[in-house]
Formats: sequence, structure tokens, C-alpha cells
Amino acid sequence: MTRTRTVCPFCGCGCSFYLVSEGDRVKGIEPSPQNPVNRGMLCVKGWTAYEFIHSPDRLTVPLVRKQGALVESTWDEALKIVSTRLNDIRTKSGSSALAFLSSAKVTNEENFLFMKMARAAFGTNNVDHCARL
Amino acid sequence: MVGLAAAFGSGAMTNSIGEFEDADLFLVTGSNTTAQHPLIGSRMINAVEKGAKLLLIDPREIPLARFAGLHLRQNIGTDVAVLNGMMNIIIEEGLLDREYVENRTEGFEALKALVGSYSPRVVEKISGIDRHDLEKAARMYAAADKAMIVYAMGITQHTTGTDNVKSCANLAMLTGHVGRPSTGVNPLRGQNNVQGACDMGALPNVFSGYQSVADAAARKKFEDAWGVSGLDDKPGLTIGAMMTAALRGEVRALYVMGENPMMSDPDSSHIEQALSSLDFLVVQDIFLSETAAKADVVLPAASFAERDGTYTNTERRVQLSRKAVSPPGLARPDWKIICEVSRLSGYPMDYGSTADIMKEINLLTPSYTGITYPRLETSHGLQWPCPNEEHPGTAYLHRDRFSKGRGTFLPCDFRPLAEPPDEEYDFLLTTGRIYFHFHTGTMTRRISTLAREAPEAKIEIHPEDAKQLGIRNNDMVEIASRRGSAKARAEVTTCVPKKVVFSTFHFHEFPINALTNPALDPSAKIPEYKGCAVKVRRCA
Ligand code: SF4
Repeated sequence: MTRTRTVCPFCGCGCSFYLVSEGDRVKGIEPSPQNPVNRGMLCVKGWTAYEFIHSPDRLTVPLVRKQGALVESTWDEALKIVSTRLNDIRTKSGSSALAFLSSAKVTNEENFLFMKMARAAFGTNNVDHCARL
Repeated sequence: MVGLAAAFGSGAMTNSIGEFEDADLFLVTGSNTTAQHPLIGSRMINAVEKGAKLLLIDPREIPLARFAGLHLRQNIGTDVAVLNGMMNIIIEEGLLDREYVENRTEGFEALKALVGSYSPRVVEKISGIDRHDLEKAARMYAAADKAMIVYAMGITQHTTGTDNVKSCANLAMLTGHVGRPSTGVNPLRGQNNVQGACDMGALPNVFSGYQSVADAAARKKFEDAWGVSGLDDKPGLTIGAMMTAALRGEVRALYVMGENPMMSDPDSSHIEQALSSLDFLVVQDIFLSETAAKADVVLPAASFAERDGTYTNTERRVQLSRKAVSPPGLARPDWKIICEVSRLSGYPMDYGSTADIMKEINLLTPSYTGITYPRLETSHGLQWPCPNEEHPGTAYLHRDRFSKGRGTFLPCDFRPLAEPPDEEYDFLLTTGRIYFHFHTGTMTRRISTLAREAPEAKIEIHPEDAKQLGIRNNDMVEIASRRGSAKARAEVTTCVPKKVVFSTFHFHEFPINALTNPALDPSAKIPEYKGCAVKVRRCA
């Protein structure tokens, strides 16, 4: 059993807990007793936060729309389509024809890189996230 | 959080979660705290049990009401009038903190002039709150030594959201209730990294650390660090404006990371049309959300358990979260996907780890400069501003001066709801959250305990209205606005006022945002989720 310190993925309280795992399976949760936010406590959402990780509904392969339907693909193909399409649209209609929606559910590092990509790689300030909501 | 930044110079929560227990009084408005922020809710209840007072301003009988010394149930959308009324009384009765107002604020005369027309009688007419209760509330708040204002989406999700926030800030400054431990104005952030997404510049007008894209010096700094020239100096589009631009054909491609605007945004049929008008939609997520299902390319991402990185909670605390297990199948962490897309698009980004990315954040973001991985590894996080590696972090803001110098009173007049009820649409619909679910439910509804406790959406309706419409508990009910309709079972309860129905947006089979009003607050661009006109009927 391995214990890894993580942060609850749900509300803005930011309770901290350890994920207890065996190999690549998360088996349970132990709240962090010393953490000043939750001091060893969690709400029901936090206690069960590990359950969705291994949901059979998780996306596990890139999907690409072909003849109207999303079909399984490879990273190479999917990433190539993304970069080619974004660049084509940029060339044809300008940077302002691109828009980027970031997320209040991903990390600081990912938010930083996403806005850097929008601004430095694609030349647009059209970047926002759903926090207004 | 535009309103708070304009008044104080920072839009973040002024205090820390740990400080809740030492407060003397909480003014809670527009926050169903025990449901949305359970651990903060329980801190408040602890404090109340130790003798703190709770002043609740909320139209609904939320669970916290049981602990409230005074509960004002104002008519929906009349918050500005209520807060102005309290300030009117505080000034009339000389309960303001003159020294604080004099030394630390500006704009008092304008505030005094404006709130002068909000006498308790006038406010009673607008808000339905008994004028004696309003007086009691004003005196309670002004008399408390350590008073915390606490609010969430119930305050911001109105067309007058920014005005509501400014009015909270006005009230706090008037009584000197900002800048001390357990004393301040505290917006509670809904999702686990809302604060961080804002801090990192996932906003159209600022880089990380709220450095404006219009500021030439800031642009120069980022251009140098990123090895580019000519960064755009005009603010980009907000999410709502992106959708409108997509409908007009001005935005042709949208890249969505970890969001589900089809469910979370108002007037979802409008969003669906906007997404359909795009030439290209790419969605990166952990589940095939309603939005991902419409995409041209879907990229499988890692969940929180499968990646390293930091999150910033509602009290500005940056915490490190480590990878516990591998992502399923071919899924990858978002940061690696971003690096690949950027590289293939001709702008290589090379980071060996998230710690490398944090080093760049430290360099470019003054409030995060001292927040490094080695420090986070050995602590329970650091609260920004943390300007250097020796700095311990900041528990509460605006101690001797406001972030912007003097705090500014920003008086606001009451404006009625954008879409008041009329003869045909005679009810007000207000939306919110419940304890067992989170946001659009993509994660929590896959957790069996939570799905069992709250398997379906309910429409709350007052017993008198229910009786008139022949609705009994658990009857199927349809609510319809000018934009759309939805059906769910009724929950007959006095928790909602008369002529108001309440429901949530956690359930995709009950898409409440088909009904809500996309009318936006003019400066914060937050939609009015908390009040739109609907009609209600029992399904045959
Ligand atoms: S455990 Fe509950 S209160 Fe804590 S962060 Fe998670 S959802 Fe919020």
C-alpha cells in the first residue's frame, strides 16, 4: 500500500488527503490530520472522491470524428489534426478566430501553460475559464 | 470578482479558513455554505456554538438558518437595496468607524449621499424585509469586533452581481471590518482551482498574477521570458463573448480543457448552436462530457490522482498534489498534451516536470515568487502573496493598507431583476447546489454513495403555491421559461419563499440551464442564474 498526498478535486476548500493505492488501483482515502484546512476531516464528497477515478466511463484513447462519428484514434493522428486545424484556421482567419477555454479543475501549472499556449503559440488573448460560473 | 478588486485592489478572499473559528459574527449571504463548502460551513457552526453570531441574508431557508441569530429573507435580487439600507442605518445612528473611513478609504461622501435614499421604509418596500429586522441586522454587524462577510455564487450570479459585491465591500469598509484577523470580506470559490485559474491568467485581460495585457512593461517581461514578440495588447473574449462570436462566425475554432460549458452555462441551446457553428472543436477531458460529445477531436486527460501539480484553494493557499497512480489507457496529464500541441504548432515548450513549470511561474508572477516545490513538499501549502523564498505567506490581506492603497467606496443603486415575473411567467426560478453533488455532476454522479443519496433533480416549491397548482410532493412538474423547459419531481417545502422555485444544475437529464437567462452582469460577465421568470405546471 502506498500513500500519496493529494488535494480534493471538488470544492474550493481545498481539503488535503492521502490516496491509498496498491499498484495502479486507488483503494481508499485518509484525510490529512495536520492540514490546517481540514484537520483530519472531510465531507462526504471528499471521502468518496477516489471512486470516479476508476470509472469504466473514463476516456482512455484519443477520439477523432470520422463520417460524423467519434472513433478511436492514436495520439499521433489526433494531435496532428489539432495542430493542423488550429494553424489552418489561424492562417485563414487570424488569431482572433481561435478561442481557448481553460479549467478551474486542472492544476496551476496546466492553467499557466494553457494561457501561454493561447498567447505565445497562437497569438490570442481569447482565453478564459468557467470560474465566472 | 471584479467588484472586490475595484474596491480593495484584490478580488481574493481576505481571510483564512482557520480564522473562521475566532470570528464574532458572520454575515452570510448568497452562500449555502454547508452544501457548497462543507468544511467551512462546519467551522462557522463551531464558532456559533462557541458564541459567535450568525446573520443570514438569504431568501431560502438553507440549513445554516437553524444556527442564525437573525435571518433576513429578502425578495430575490434585492441584495443591493438591503445592504444600502444597512449602511443607511449605520450612518444615521453614527455606528460607522470614522477613523478607519478617514484614514484608509476614499469616496465616503458619495456613498453617504447614495445610501441616504435607502431608508428602512424604502428598503422594506423593495426587499420585503421588516424595517425593524433591518435595523437589528445593521446594529449587529456594526457592533461586532471581528465580523466576516461570507458570500458565494448567490451574490455574484445576478446581472447586478458586481454591484452586490461592491456593496458588501462598502459595508465592510464603513465599519472598519477589513484588514484584521477573522475580519474581512470572503468570497468562497466554487471549484477546487478557480482561484488558481484566475491567478495563472486564464482570463482574457491578464497574464499570471493579474498583470494586465494592456501594460507594455508586463508584455515586455512575458515576451522576453517566452522568446516571442508582439503579444496582443487588447483583452480577448470572455466565455460568453466567445459563444456569441462563434455564432457570428468570428470565432472558428475552440479548444476546451476540462470544462463542460454545454451543462454549466446559461441558455444551453444557445451554447449548443454556438458550438455547432464552429469549424473545429477540440475537447480535452476525463469523461465524454456533453461538450466533448460534440467535438471533432477528444483528447483523454489524467485525473487529479494521476498527475503532479498545485492547486490554489479559496483562501489563496497553494498546495502540492502528487501523482498516485497511472492514467488509464493512453490518457495523459493536461500539461503534457499542451506541450505536444504547442510543439506541433511550431512553438516548442519543453518542461521535464511540473516543478519546471512552477519555476517559470515563480519568475513571472510576483505573488507566487516564493512558492516553490521544495517548500510545498515540506509544508501544508503557502498562501499568496508570498514574494520571496523566506516569506511565510499571507494569512489575511489589507493589514495596514489595501492592496491598491486606499480602499474605494463604490456606491451602487438598486436595479431590479433583468427578467421579473409577469402574468404568464409568474414564478421566479433560482438555481443552486446541493450537498451531495459537485458542479455539472460528471464526477460526483459516478460515485455510488452520492448518486444514491441524491439520484435525481428536484424542483422545490412552496406549499401554498403547490396547493394552488394541484401539485403534491413527488409529482412530476414542468417549469418553462421563454428559452426552454424541463421536468422533474416536486419537493413541496417552505425552504423556498412563495412564488419562487429552486433547482440545481448537477443533472444532465434535467438541463436547467436551458431555462436560465444569459443576461450578463455588465462588468463581471457572470450570467443571472439566480433569478429568471418561469411558469410552473403539473404534468398530467
Ligand atoms: S472534502 Fe468536501 S469540503 Fe473538502 S474540498 Fe472536498 S468537497 Fe470541499
